[in-house]
Amino acid sequence: MLVRVVLPYHLKNLAKTDSEIQIEVDAPLTQRTLLDALEARHPVLKGTIRDHTTGQRRPLLRFFTCAQDISHDPPDTPLPNAVADGSEPFLIVGAIAGG
Amino acid sequence: MSGVRVLVGTKKGAFILTADGQRKSWSVSGPHFAGWEIFHMKGSPVDPDRIYASQTSDWFGQIIQRSSDGGKTWETPGGEQMPDPYGPPSGASNKFVYDIDPNTGVPLTTHQWYDGTQHPWEFKRVWHLEPSLTDPDTVFAGVEDAALFKSTDGATSWHELAALRSADGEKWAPGAGGLGLHTILLDPQNENRIYVAISAAGAFRTDDGGKTWKPINKGLHSQYIPDPEAEIGHCVHRIAFHPSRPDVLYMQKHWDIMRTDNAGDEWRKVSGNLPTDFGFPIDVHAHEPETIYVVPLKSDAERFPAEGKLRVYRSRTGGVDWEPLTNGLPQKNCYVNILRDAMAVDTLDECGIYFGTTGGQVYCSPDGGDNWTTIVHDLPSVFSVEVQTLP
Repeated sequence: MLVRVVLPYHLKNLAKTDSEIQIEVDAPLTQRTLLDALEARHPVLKGTIRDHTTGQRRPLLRFFTCAQDISHDPPDTPLPNAVADGSEPFLIVGAIAGG
Repeated sequence: MSGVRVLVGTKKGAFILTADGQRKSWSVSGPHFAGWEIFHMKGSPVDPDRIYASQTSDWFGQIIQRSSDGGKTWETPGGEQMPDPYGPPSGASNKFVYDIDPNTGVPLTTHQWYDGTQHPWEFKRVWHLEPSLTDPDTVFAGVEDAALFKSTDGATSWHELAALRSADGEKWAPGAGGLGLHTILLDPQNENRIYVAISAAGAFRTDDGGKTWKPINKGLHSQYIPDPEAEIGHCVHRIAFHPSRPDVLYMQKHWDIMRTDNAGDEWRKVSGNLPTDFGFPIDVHAHEPETIYVVPLKSDAERFPAEGKLRVYRSRTGGVDWEPLTNGLPQKNCYVNILRDAMAVDTLDECGIYFGTTGGQVYCSPDGGDNWTTIVHDLPSVFSVEVQTLP
């Protein structure tokens, strides 16, 4: 399935893409399979969203979709059908902070 | 005509400053990697077009950048976009994984935390990149939490020289800025000898290419640790040597300027007549091994130049006797800091001295410190300065 992903400014620059990209993901569609597919296509993003060692979401990033914060959902939880059918994007959002 | 390329890492990106051998007229390129912290950039001594950069972010972690054309273009080794369908997994130039216990999956050792308890090693960022003296694809990385990593494939992949943490690693404790390995000195006369320095653990040396390490802190005295003369726990800010005399090291400790003439086996204090001996950088003149430079700050509680006067101090006697260098530097209302990796020297016939400040200025003296000019004065806070002398 073709999934829409919205990257924060610095990651889309790093990956040399538009802020919204489409990624082919094999079923089942979960945070883990989506991020695995994203990193496989754009290896430069490895370690920037999930820590290399722990595999955990980096603390200053959040995952939003369908107007919900799903950051704390287990990574193998199925994502909503609206993400799977492409009607809603999966957003990777950086904390609005910094000096 | 020969020239110089100054590599400046800042809080909001990288800048490259270039000039001919006169060092009067400068071109500024950047910001590269705008918005990211660039802790350090350094070029290969054997291929000046090969430059490595440590790009970091509290949000997105560590990135390693590599240039093969002197900083005009950059790549993240192993990070190139994959075709669809995807190929085999590529390298991960930002993957710094500590050696772990294969049975438990946890780091082999722990270090001391701020509260005195033990804490597992956790990678934060690369503080310093040190390219090999002989191979442009070999580079060392000093990281936080303190450890030494090595790449032999142009920074595409890294492995830890983990024996370093066997040198009493459980006693190492972070300073306020973190537990960072910030100094890596490769002995040009002995490829198996490497010096490193860690805040706040001390200085260490290997004589067998990293298989074994030993603390080299005898003679250091630090009142902020329970035993002021302990083997471990000194907040070394920077060490430097002249390539012709790699057994003679100079150290800017938290307080104290120190010197050793036997590769760190014993240190002695050479602060001499300095008005204060707190500071961060220390460097050595390119052609005069006994001429060294520091930038004293008022104190560790007030980390700015005393009296608002920015003064570099030079010793032509390897320490003890120091003279202030002020011509061209602000002598009133100056309250910047100069960080440990933010001073460098070129190797032109008349040695140039460079340093950057947390106020965003980069200063150059084209005559060994007698006179200073401001190359740029409104950059983001400067973390690091390195200089390449170009043919």
